[in-house]
Order: sequence, then C-alpha cells, then structure tokens
Amino acid sequence: MTSATETKSKTLLSHLVDTGAHQKLLAFASLIALLIGFSIASPNFMQTSNMIAILQATSVNGVLAVAATLVIITGGIDLSVGTLMTFCAVIAGVVLTYAGMPLPLGVAAAIGAGAFCGLCSGTFVAKMKIPPFIATLGMMLILKGLSLVISGTRPIYFNDTPGFDQISRGSLIGEIIPALPIPNGVLILFLVALSASYILGRTVLGRYTFALGSNEEAVRLSGVNTDAWKMGIYALAGGICGIAGILIASRLNSAQPALGLGYELEAIAAVVIGGTSLSGGRGTILGTLIGALIMAVLTNGLRVLSVAQEWQTVVTGAIIILAVYADMVRRRQTN
Amino acid sequence: MLSRRFILGAIGALALAAPATTASAEDLYVPLVSKGFQHQFWQAVKLGAEQAADEMGIRITFEGPDNETMVDRQIDMLAAALANKPAAIGFAALDSQAAIPLLRQASDAGIPVIAFDSGVDSDIPVSTATTDNLAAASLAADKMAELIGGTGKVAVVAHDQTSRTGIDRRDGFVNRIAEKYPDIEVVTVQYGQGDHLKSTEVTKAILTANPDLKGIFGTNEGSAIGVVNGVQELGTTGLTIIGYDSGKAQKDAIKSGLMAGAITQNPVGIGYETVKAAVAAVKGEEVPALIDTGFYYYDASNIDDPKIAAVLYD
Repeated sequence: MTSATETKSKTLLSHLVDTGAHQKLLAFASLIALLIGFSIASPNFMQTSNMIAILQATSVNGVLAVAATLVIITGGIDLSVGTLMTFCAVIAGVVLTYAGMPLPLGVAAAIGAGAFCGLCSGTFVAKMKIPPFIATLGMMLILKGLSLVISGTRPIYFNDTPGFDQISRGSLIGEIIPALPIPNGVLILFLVALSASYILGRTVLGRYTFALGSNEEAVRLSGVNTDAWKMGIYALAGGICGIAGILIASRLNSAQPALGLGYELEAIAAVVIGGTSLSGGRGTILGTLIGALIMAVLTNGLRVLSVAQEWQTVVTGAIIILAVYADMVRRRQTN
Repeated sequence: MLSRRFILGAIGALALAAPATTASAEDLYVPLVSKGFQHQFWQAVKLGAEQAADEMGIRITFEGPDNETMVDRQIDMLAAALANKPAAIGFAALDSQAAIPLLRQASDAGIPVIAFDSGVDSDIPVSTATTDNLAAASLAADKMAELIGGTGKVAVVAHDQTSRTGIDRRDGFVNRIAEKYPDIEVVTVQYGQGDHLKSTEVTKAILTANPDLKGIFGTNEGSAIGVVNGVQELGTTGLTIIGYDSGKAQKDAIKSGLMAGAITQNPVGIGYETVKAAVAAVKGEEVPALIDTGFYYYDASNIDDPKIAAVLYD
C-alpha cells in the first residue's frame, strides 16, 4: 500500500516537473542566480531560518498565484484573489470563533465560501458576458466590503481554537526531521500546486482550461458547454483562495478584515514571471511556483542586504519586466 | 544568453547594494520595523532613529509595509530583520498577537525588543517608546475649554474606534471635559478613519446637525485636515478647531488662523528614544519599561519656535 501511494506521488511529481521543465529553465536559472547572488552579497542570507522565512513568505502568495494561474490560462484574469482570501479568513473566523464550531468545519466553510464566490465570478463572466477584468474587479470590492461588514471592521482572533495556528505555523516535517522545520503552510502550498498541476495536465477540466484560453469559439463550436467549464475553473480558483485564507489566518492567528488589497497584483506578477501568458492558453503551475519564489527571494534578499525600501520596490518592478521580456524573446526565437 | 544578461542584471543590482552591508559589518545593527514608511510621520520617526544611530555609531535600517493593513508583510519584514542577527530590534506592531511567535524567537535568541509608537500586548518588549496619548488629548481639552470660554458644545472627529491611539485620544479629550468643565458638552464623537475626505463629510454632517457648535477636536492629521476642509466648504466661521500631529496642510491652517492650534507628538523623539533604548538594552543597562517621548501644544504664536519646529514635519 505504501509503495502504491509512493508511485502515485512520484508520477504526480514527475508530471509537475515534466510539463514545465523546458519552458521554465530560464525562470529557474534566474531563481538560482538570485540565491547565489544574495548568498555572496550577505553571509546572513543563506541560513536555514532565513530560507524557511522565504518559504513561509511564499506560501500565501504562492497559493493565490496558483488560483490566478488557472483563471489566466483561460484567457481571463482574477483581481479578486486577495480580498477573496481575506473574506474566506473572516468566514473561518465567524464559524470558529463566533459560532465556536470545530476546526474542520471552519476550514470547510472557508474553502466552500471561496468556491461559491469563485462560482459567482464565473457566472458573471460566462453567463452574463461581463469582461473578467470588470467582473472580478467588482467582486474584489464587494468582498473587501463584506469582510469589513461581517467582522465589524475588527480582527477576529482564533485564540479559542487550539491548533488553528498550527495549520500554517506548525511543522510536521520538523517533527520528523528536527533540523528542517519547514512550516506546514509551505507543505500545503506544494500540495495545492501538485493538485492544480494534476488537474491541468491530466483531467478534462484541465484540457478545457487550455482550450478556452487558446480558442474559445472553436471549443464552443465543437459542441462543448464552455460556460459550465469556465464557471468550474473560477469556482476551483475560488476554493484555492479559500485555502490561502486559512493559511494567512492561521499564520496571523487572526482574520484581518482590512487586508488583501494589492495581493492580487503580487499573485499576477508571480504568474507572469513564471511564463504564463496573460493572453491565455499557455502556462504551468511549476512556473508560477518559481515565479512566487523569485518574488519572495528578491524581497527577502534585498531586505537582508538592507537596501533602502524605496529601491526595493524599484528593483522588484524592474525584475518583473526583465523576466517577462526575457521569456518573450526566448519564445520568439524558438518559434 | 538572455539568462546570462538577466543574471548579470541581478548581480549588478546586488553589487550596488553590497557596500552598505560590508562597510559596517562590525557595527551594532538595530533594524526598526515600523507600521509604515512613506507617511511623513514615519519619515520623522526614521529621522530621529538615524540621528541616534549617528551619535552612537551604530547601524540601523527602517522598514514598514505600504499600508497599515498589511499585517503579514510586516511579519515577513520582522523575519528578514531577524535573519541579519541584529543586536536589538525596534518594532511598532500592526497587530501584536500576530507577531508574537517571531518576537518570542527574538527574545529566545537574546535579542532585546523595543516597542515603539504603540505597545505590544506581551511582556517580551523590554521597553516601549510612545506618546502618552491620554495626557496629550487632555491637554487638547484644556486648550479647547480655554479658547471657547469654558462653556458651549464641542464635537470630536476621531480616526478610529479600535486602535490604541484612537481610543486614548478620544477618551483623553472626552473624559477631561466631563471631569473638569461641567459647562462644556461633547455632543458627538464621529469617526472618519483618518481619511481626509471621510473626515470632511463627517464634519459637515456634525455642523449641519449642530449649528451652535463652538469647537471640534480632530484626533490625527487626516481627521484635523478633514475638519478644516468641512468648515471651509460650509463657510462656517467662529469655530475653534484643535488638531493633532502636523503636516503642511495643518501647519498652514494654523498659520492662517483657520485652526486654533494642535497637539504634536514627537515622532523624531520616538525614533531617537527607540534606538537609544535598544543600545542601552544591548549593553545590559537598565531601561525603563515605558518611555514617554513627550508632546506639545502649538499654535500660530510658537509654531516657529525652534523647539516646536524641530518636531513638526511637512
């Protein structure tokens, strides 16, 4: 039985690597270059605790970026991922702290709320034909407002739910290998990425995700119910935002209702650095994961080097443009 | 080829930054993780911290998230600051609970934590450098009573009802009036989130509801500017406005007589005292648990006084 699950996870892993390997070499090389560069520049950069801090900083943005990747591959965009994450965190707070329900119920409610909101966005886009940018912009504001309304503009703390903060802060790996206390939040990011990669590469939903982004009209003309599939993808992305909501709430041990605005742009930045095309039809989860790691390494590295904060922002912006430009040129050359 | 260019670019960026770290590797290093960095208030705190760092020959960094909602980003900053093995840490918590695991990690590693601006609900910080907002707001109440002749209706436009500063400034003012000035009535306390526009609307609503109002107290920079704007838009005259903090617009309003005066904290002092306490804690000296960084009332008569001008910011 163990060997069976082992082979299964092995194929999953090789799948995650295979589909992205060639495309993502560049982004991966950049990530390594950054790691080496920062290690040379500061002796404090390459130490276990700092690497773990980087992974921890990646976890929430990474999960959001995975959700954004799914929608972007369909040729859409999801601006609501950040505030949806917050909304789901607040829902978890209401269920766990206000209603005093058991932990699994709170997690399920958050993910369910996320999927439902995603379904709403999907309906606006697919059925009501509202452009994704506008539909999700509206959702972003609705959810930001609702989070504040439901929470009464106050953070909701999870002090009465023992173990809640362990979802993100705890470390199952650290219990087995004490020298490597990788937080569970990072583990969850990788599980989410693996699952999303599997869905994209091995399921009908995944095939239609790419097909919708390449040529939606052709897919519709071949008799596929494109609306239903599209709504499904938005709902899936919403559910993943729900997971991000649990992660951030657990990490802060509180649902912070005002947080979330601006997080969608960082998620989208991670997606495009990872080589996913904003015009749809092309992209990988592995690329997004690397993109999210590049963002986190860059932010952390510049901080450890004590670069003035104003310049950190400038450098991050320049790197985004550089990374995407390099990817475009390489693509033109291969074509 | 492109990847090489990319790598070169990245290394170039690092090379630019590298001298700053290598030049002073032997110094004492104290990172300050603040609630923000782009607002003038925080820039003034940073200035004070840099003054102290220069005097004591230590190295500091000053960082804060883009806005005060980004609790998780502040935690990431704290984590990066800890990676640099600092001698001590200055920290202005956006949410003290969220930061406790990292603060504990710091204190376990023997790194003293100095809280600044607002306290941390924990016994980890060895000291807290902050303004006594209750006392400062009571002073505003005394000045208000003096200016309106000890009788009449006044109102408060506060920045929020949840943060420590919002609560203390409101209560400091309202309680002082209730205790000491029986002929003055605080007719209402309204909240404008410290946002100029919202505070303007709130002020206009208050003035419409209370045409016989004699004074308004705005509890932070945004609230005070909002009060001034609201009064100007309605064309109300003869109202006594008392503000909080400084900033160019508020200073101009005081100089032109639109605003009677304002309470200023000492943001430069907050930064200065934080670094000073950090160095003392590192050296094992006794550090007071609470450092009152002081406050002043200023108006058109003393706004250019060097002592006042030094703590005001544009």
